[in-house]
Amino acid sequence: MNAATETAVAAEATGEPEVMLKVENVSLSFGGVRAITNISFDIRKGEIRAIIGPNGAGKTSMLNVINGFYHPQEGVITFKGAARSKMRPYEAASQGIARTFQNVALFKGMSTLDNIMSGRTLLMKKHFFWHLFHYGPARTEEIEHRRKVEEIIDFLEIQHIRRAPVGRLPYGLQKRVELGRALAMEPELLLLDEPMAGMNLEEKEDMSRFILDVNSQFGTTIALIEHDMGVVMDLSDRVVVLDYGKKIADGTPEEVQANQDVIDAYLGVSH
Amino acid sequence: MDFLYSIFVDPFVQMVQMPDFLLQVLWEGIVGGILYALIALGFVLIFKASGVFNFAQGIMVVFAALTLVGLYEKGVPALAALVLAVGVMALLAICVERFVMRPLVNQPDIILLMATIGLTYFLVGLGEFIFGGEPKVMIANELGLPSGSVVLEPEGWGPGGSPGLISLQKIDIAATVIAAIMIVALAIFFNKTRIGRALRAVADDHQAALSVGISLNQIWAIVWFAAGVVALVTGIMWGARSDVSFALEIVALKALPVLILGGFTSIPGAIVGGLIIGVGEKIGEIYWGPLVGGGIESWLAYGIALVFLIFRPQGLFGEKIIERV
Repeated sequence: MNAATETAVAAEATGEPEVMLKVENVSLSFGGVRAITNISFDIRKGEIRAIIGPNGAGKTSMLNVINGFYHPQEGVITFKGAARSKMRPYEAASQGIARTFQNVALFKGMSTLDNIMSGRTLLMKKHFFWHLFHYGPARTEEIEHRRKVEEIIDFLEIQHIRRAPVGRLPYGLQKRVELGRALAMEPELLLLDEPMAGMNLEEKEDMSRFILDVNSQFGTTIALIEHDMGVVMDLSDRVVVLDYGKKIADGTPEEVQANQDVIDAYLGVSH
Repeated sequence: MDFLYSIFVDPFVQMVQMPDFLLQVLWEGIVGGILYALIALGFVLIFKASGVFNFAQGIMVVFAALTLVGLYEKGVPALAALVLAVGVMALLAICVERFVMRPLVNQPDIILLMATIGLTYFLVGLGEFIFGGEPKVMIANELGLPSGSVVLEPEGWGPGGSPGLISLQKIDIAATVIAAIMIVALAIFFNKTRIGRALRAVADDHQAALSVGISLNQIWAIVWFAAGVVALVTGIMWGARSDVSFALEIVALKALPVLILGGFTSIPGAIVGGLIIGVGEKIGEIYWGPLVGGGIESWLAYGIALVFLIFRPQGLFGEKIIERV
């Protein structure tokens, strides 16, 4: 059991787990298509929260709602105690929400280093006037952030591809660089959309290790979507299960695994 | 044999016999090339940031120059008019971002291209409405740009060892210096700074850029403003060489072969491409032009570009994006 789980359990013992993100009665539709129907759940500070469900269950839509790409028609989302209605991705990012994408969304023409540096955009405070001349305070700032980025590169063990244009890297490494870019934002909440899709066993084990280390070393709260049930059950503290845009179960991995609705959703059932 | 001689030998004999004339031709080519590079630079900026070929860059050159001259004719002092013209380009950038780019986020590139064509015709109409369709004279002297020429007479460079004669227009020298400064500044800005990185990020992937907290609106406004300033400088330089009229818009299309040569995403590419086209078409016109009755200056650039498209479609310096399948 990792440190974060312990804090979560400790918090639960006192009866008041600290909630980082709360989703209440959120519904989202595109024209006549309902992607998400009346979903509520919460993410506690410091936990690893998995969102699972069959294809088309609304998992990615849920992440898109959380980081502001989609605006739900109904419902309230409370992040760090502040309720918000329409949040833009820029605001979500500046409040400490970082994410990765299902189909790797990297800046393909840029090097690994530049990709991860781009994650520092919001943390670079100096006025762009200085950056115009690449001189004075802007230069010092650039060096500081570069140091931080090198730490992340070491952490993810991708030193050898530092200068490589990411478009040429194998898929597994691209996913790692994408995680690096999200980590460079020093997020409080990290959203991972299928971080292990298309990976072999060894790559999955590496990625699992990174996710656990991020959670325990940096104390980052993580919400992840994943299809590999073994991984989900090993990594996550709590799991929420979606099917056809509705929530069908919520609880610890053991509880969810034993839930009849979940078994039906995954195995199919004759109605 | 005479024919082959006139193609492969005679032009070079001429070059060696009259080195001063060759230098003169080279200089004209370089000046023309730098001015092409300036126009191409405007295209590169916007292409880098939004992956779209900005069809309106040519008309922005005309519009910026017209604004400058128009304000001066209304009685505004020249330098104040320059500052105001920069302001107008900033306003234009903000408007383009707000009313053209923002509603088209995440649309295919072809949609954005069509939008810039629309913008072109809008600016043509607006320009004619405000300033009229008459050609105007660029206020080069009033802006403090030098006039006249420098004459060099290098010993023994003329035909048969006589003194040579090379004449450099001062305005051309000024144009070269200003363009060089501008190009260096922009290259540093876009390759070494936070904004530059954000800009390349936006060009690659809108969604990913948003997710790391890059503001598309801010980046686009900055880029269009930078392109607007480049357009203004280009307008002043081209305007001083001919006059300020809507015909300048056509000159801007010369940037196309420059871009094909240099690569759409590369600032150094725009410069080298501009120089190759500028020098190439002048040399071609003077030494080989007479063989076909002249007039090759207007199409040679496109011929060179065509050859490049066959052998190196990403240009000399363009990013070769390799997709893993």
